[in-house]
Amino acid sequence: MATPVLDKEEAAGKPEPGFADSPYITVTFRIRRFNPEVSAEATWEDFQLEIDPKERVLDGLHKIKWDVDGTLTFRRSCAHGICGSDAMRINGRNRLACKTLIKDINPEKPITVEPIKGLTVLKDLVVDMEPFFQAYRDVMPFLVTKDTNEPTRERLQSAADRERFDDTTKCILCAACTSSCPVFWNDGQYFGPAAIVNAHRFIFDSRDEAGEQRLEILNDRDGVWRCRTTFNCTDACPRGIEVTKAIQEVKRALITRRY
Amino acid sequence: MKIHKYDTVIVGAGGAGMRAAIEATKRSRTAVLTKLYPTRSHTGAAQGGMAAALANVEEDNWEWHTFDTVKGGDYLVDQDAAEILAKEAIDAVLDLEKMGLPFNRTPDGTIDQRRFGGHSRNHGEAPVRRSCYAADRTGHMILQTLYQNCVKEGVEFFNEFYVLDQLMTEVDGVRKSAGVVAYELATGEIHVFQAKAVIYASGGTGKFFKVTSNAHTLTGDGQAAVYRRGLPLEDMEFFQFHPTGIWRMGILLTEGARGEGGILRNKDGERFMEKYAPVMKDLASRDVVSRSIYTEIREGRGCGPEGDHVYLDLTHLPPEQLDAKLPDITEFARTYLGIEPYTDPIPIQPTAHYAMGGIPTNVEGEVLADNTTVVPGLYAAGEVACVSVHGANRLGTNSLLDINVFGRRAGIAAAEYSHKADFVELPENPESFVVEQIERLRNSTGNERVATLRRELQETMDANVMVFRTEQTIKTAVEKIAELRERYKNVAIQDKGKRFNTDLLEAIELGNLLDLAEVMAVSALARKESRGGHYREDYPNRDDVNFMRHTMAYREVGADGSETVRLDYKPVVQTRYQPMERKY
Repeated sequence: MATPVLDKEEAAGKPEPGFADSPYITVTFRIRRFNPEVSAEATWEDFQLEIDPKERVLDGLHKIKWDVDGTLTFRRSCAHGICGSDAMRINGRNRLACKTLIKDINPEKPITVEPIKGLTVLKDLVVDMEPFFQAYRDVMPFLVTKDTNEPTRERLQSAADRERFDDTTKCILCAACTSSCPVFWNDGQYFGPAAIVNAHRFIFDSRDEAGEQRLEILNDRDGVWRCRTTFNCTDACPRGIEVTKAIQEVKRALITRRY
Repeated sequence: MKIHKYDTVIVGAGGAGMRAAIEATKRSRTAVLTKLYPTRSHTGAAQGGMAAALANVEEDNWEWHTFDTVKGGDYLVDQDAAEILAKEAIDAVLDLEKMGLPFNRTPDGTIDQRRFGGHSRNHGEAPVRRSCYAADRTGHMILQTLYQNCVKEGVEFFNEFYVLDQLMTEVDGVRKSAGVVAYELATGEIHVFQAKAVIYASGGTGKFFKVTSNAHTLTGDGQAAVYRRGLPLEDMEFFQFHPTGIWRMGILLTEGARGEGGILRNKDGERFMEKYAPVMKDLASRDVVSRSIYTEIREGRGCGPEGDHVYLDLTHLPPEQLDAKLPDITEFARTYLGIEPYTDPIPIQPTAHYAMGGIPTNVEGEVLADNTTVVPGLYAAGEVACVSVHGANRLGTNSLLDINVFGRRAGIAAAEYSHKADFVELPENPESFVVEQIERLRNSTGNERVATLRRELQETMDANVMVFRTEQTIKTAVEKIAELRERYKNVAIQDKGKRFNTDLLEAIELGNLLDLAEVMAVSALARKESRGGHYREDYPNRDDVNFMRHTMAYREVGADGSETVRLDYKPVVQTRYQPMERKY
């Protein structure tokens, strides 16, 4: 915030101005470390930080990486909950590190940070995302139409028809839902909630004509019927998608063949 | 080291890269190299919409859109390119709808449209509803839709591959693109991609600022790779500061909030934009609004104990409208500020947002080696490129448009080129530059830290080359950047490993930011006028006689190895519109 301030002496050296009303606190980050180039075993490591509690868990991870231990490894990009890079298990729950403020997760106690579960850990908080994206690709996540003669202008869609699948268009493919699902943990073959959410997004789109095919894919023994409605996925979704409800709607569509 | 051979290689998998990939894959053997998983790209953070004169809700036409784009860019826009942008906008939106994009709809079922800054009816008479949108998630929907269609078309991605060098080979006196060198994050392995055509679509450079809407990964890797190989960068002094970033954090709050009726207010509750832009008010172009905000702050009418921000007021809008049209940005205010936008105004400040400048191209996406000569086999599209459709200031909703129109054009042109062209021989030891760079960083015993240098760079950029600039502030930045570039030679990293070495990549990214910051500051120092996003307090007027021309910056290496930025200039293409005084 420098441009409008003609006298810039204020800005130098001090903590961010204006944070005087919320003093820095000391927080312990307890992070699950794993580097196969160093050791085959994963271990916990504690880091003490002075941090403003209004900052994000991602800010804490950056402080560690940038000022303490450059080997700490995690994915991140947008830092405000849109790109889906930094899903991790924070205090035992799947969240985006950039959407979780320190003050909201009881900084009195050590904050535990682990990789999301059910996907192979490659280094520290980085997991192998390929099986997750493969399940997504397997549900035909794209609009299929059978027109041989496309309309010149846009296809018409009523606001109500557009609303029907609005919730599942919000998905950012962060894997927080899929990697919170106990069925997915126990059986890596299960498509998982995120893939079903993305199938739902097209099955209930009035413009799409491949609903039957997608339903057959999800009728597989590794499909929607594996869901045990534990609602972990709904709790985990950083976009507020009613994931379990979407899965239930797909199950109902399979029974009634109406969607 | 591995060597790969493809007809077309695309660098980057945001909107421009994937739009290009959809075309190129249909026509040629194509690989997309991306440092992020495609759906992580920053196109997904764009919110408000994509401009196209569909005229679904009121009278509109592409000529009005062209005029607004030229005027918005303060007459530094190449008018032939702006005309293509506005004309092809209509099909670009319709193509996305046919690919499945879930646009908001009118009661008739057509694509709904809303107002946006600088877009007007009949050459500035009043705001017009031109932005096609999907709530405040238009960029997210575009990114998802393009990725979905890449899956459908079977596009081949190399995810988490960082392109670190552009390969050039001289053939019969002509320098041609031969391919790229990439670093695989997962393994640390070097990959050489030999390609007939290379398209850069790697996005912006916003991370050289501190308060920015840009992702951590927007470090200008494409611009830097091309610049280091002696190719020019155009108009780098023009950077857009979006008026409404979340105070201190810089997170974007869409202009669509003002399109829906939101109002900017100072500490007295005054709707101050009425003073600065009597017709368009809060929907004046972004450079105008950002300067107005800082003028209010400088004159003591800023909000808060430090008087360092203003308010975006949405409290007069019905909660149902906020929920339906602006669900994400209202959630950002709740998450990051603990503020309820139904009842409380949101503290905002301008945030570094978009690079108008970049790798110069013509309207086919072909990269230029100078003012006129095309580099055979090299293309660029999107924020990394400068066509120039944005001139000195981009209009809101024209970037999602740009990536679709020029991403498509570059994809087609590159694939068609690769049909008729042969592979160019790779230079000897093509990987050598990248290997040396990596080994130097890995083995460095220097005492400088990446994070320290990056913070100092960001502080100096925010302080000296932001919304208001003077010769003195820009010189301060030039000197500081030179110091940082010197200290960068002593930078050391802690992670010496091969797997997922993001410590190493952050050091390389910082090197790119330092190179580009220097180009920006040197270009800004030489432009002794005020135009669009470049405002010089010591030269407050636009100077069409001396400066209605594009800056072209080249890297020069002296006999002693010293590096300098050499500036040249390129004429602006003018067709329909004579420069006029810019009023909103």
